[in-house]
Amino acid sequence: MIELLQTVHQMGEVLLGAAWLPVWIVAKILAIILPIMGGVAYYTLAERKVLGFMQVRPGPNRVGYWGLLQPVADGIKLLTKEFIIPSGANKFLFLAAPVMALAPALAAWAVIPFFEGGTLANVNAGLLYLLAMTSLGVYGIIIAGWASNSKYAFLGALRSAAQIVSYELAMGFALVCVLLAAQSMNMGEIVQGQQSNYGLFGWYWVPLFPMFIVYFLAGVAETNRAPFDLAEDESAIVAGFHTEYSGMGFALFFLAEYANMILIAALTTVFFLGGYLNPFHGWGALGEFTDQVPGLIWMLGKMSIFLFLFLWLRATFPRYRYDQLMRLGWKVFIPLTLIWVVVVAAWMQTSLWVW
Amino acid sequence: MNFETILFYFFAASVVFSALRVITARNPLHSVLFLVLAFVSSSGIWLLLEAEFLAIALVLVYVGAVMVLFLFVVMMLDINIEKLRKDFLQWLPAGALLATLIVVQMVWVLGDKAASAGMTAVKHAADYSNTKELGRLIYTDYVYPFELAAVLLLVAMVAAIALTFRRRRDSKRQDVSWQVNVKRNDRVRIISMPATKKNEVNGAAEAHTAD
Repeated sequence: MIELLQTVHQMGEVLLGAAWLPVWIVAKILAIILPIMGGVAYYTLAERKVLGFMQVRPGPNRVGYWGLLQPVADGIKLLTKEFIIPSGANKFLFLAAPVMALAPALAAWAVIPFFEGGTLANVNAGLLYLLAMTSLGVYGIIIAGWASNSKYAFLGALRSAAQIVSYELAMGFALVCVLLAAQSMNMGEIVQGQQSNYGLFGWYWVPLFPMFIVYFLAGVAETNRAPFDLAEDESAIVAGFHTEYSGMGFALFFLAEYANMILIAALTTVFFLGGYLNPFHGWGALGEFTDQVPGLIWMLGKMSIFLFLFLWLRATFPRYRYDQLMRLGWKVFIPLTLIWVVVVAAWMQTSLWVW
Repeated sequence: MNFETILFYFFAASVVFSALRVITARNPLHSVLFLVLAFVSSSGIWLLLEAEFLAIALVLVYVGAVMVLFLFVVMMLDINIEKLRKDFLQWLPAGALLATLIVVQMVWVLGDKAASAGMTAVKHAADYSNTKELGRLIYTDYVYPFELAAVLLLVAMVAAIALTFRRRRDSKRQDVSWQVNVKRNDRVRIISMPATKKNEVNGAAEAHTAD
């Protein structure tokens, strides 16, 4: 795959000269963004189908065969709906907020390695960049809540701000364990550090198992998904921070939320499940046979496990109460991650560390 | 003028403009958002200096966490803007004096260094890692000052909590761990009841089928 990209790159350089580089970068960005947008559209359908099946009902099945055109219909509906700006709202911030929510969710994809060498920007501090980008998404939510001039939106924004800041700490400490184990903050090197002859047992989910759980659950909390969706608690605060949004404004928040979920799935895969690596590598004939499968397929396959888990959690658990949520973040996750940082640091000094 | 210079002037102009708007914006919330813009722009300048760790840490710590809490507090304040503006002229001389003092001190401390370092940043090879370099300096050459600063911050944090934390004796607190550990048998009592014969509850059964 990387050879193919290099051939295209060289041909383009010959054809366009200096003008090629911006064209190439934009092409790569589009090659990442467009599949994400398509993925988001069909992930919403998958969510409704999965929730439907879990509740023993068919889910959407009217638009297109098996409901497959439902996301298209939803998109057209949201595009053609009126966008209402509430009276007393801060117009500029009200319009800017959905953009501020979506932009970091997409910008974070720049450092994700999709296959060996297949990343838009091979940044040395890639892990830090990701933490920074995921922490910026909260601005869209807070500003939307404040600019709406609505008490429900405002309460949702306050809840969300406190929640995201709290869970970011646990997330950060879990990632400190990962970068200790990988001894690098470069995303490609983190994946390569999990390469071994033991297949899936060489990945970081084994030594960092508690961090794996904490990271994914903190990711669920960061994306404001059930059971941690206190920011849009419809039984208490209507729809939370996007109460006043209609049409495309609402659609952008929707896109941002789902893009963030796919991002968390990709990150958990990269940090703990070996990214694009073959889970059977080094397992004799099976390993040799499965090594032929492209890394991108493995990456997407592992991501879909977590994407399903998001839906499963939503279908299974009732919503947390706010004080329970805060307790889980501050009194369970943060102490656990702090202890595990010390454990991993000590473990790595001994000969028992084989990863 | 190459592309990097253009970028530098863009970021520098953005920092100066947003810093000015922080103190001139009428709405305090806008001031906070301009401060965020100032932080993001200065992290852009740090990126141009190949200090990617500092740039990202600035965004992560200040923009991602500190300013969110700032925004949180400012949003909840009910500020009367006219009242705030009223005494502006009265305090202007004192503020101007303070600002001049700070500028003089900064020139005093930084002036010589800035002049001797020259205006161009040192260029590094492609495999130069600012993060690694910074980590090496902090944890070897400057390990004691660094640890001291960390302990100082910890003490400040503990002190802040100790000063403001007040346990109210009359509040009805809920023990969450006890609540979430509850088992079915603590809440529901399953009793076995003999099944009733059909004709005994005939009236009730008819009422049930009616609706």
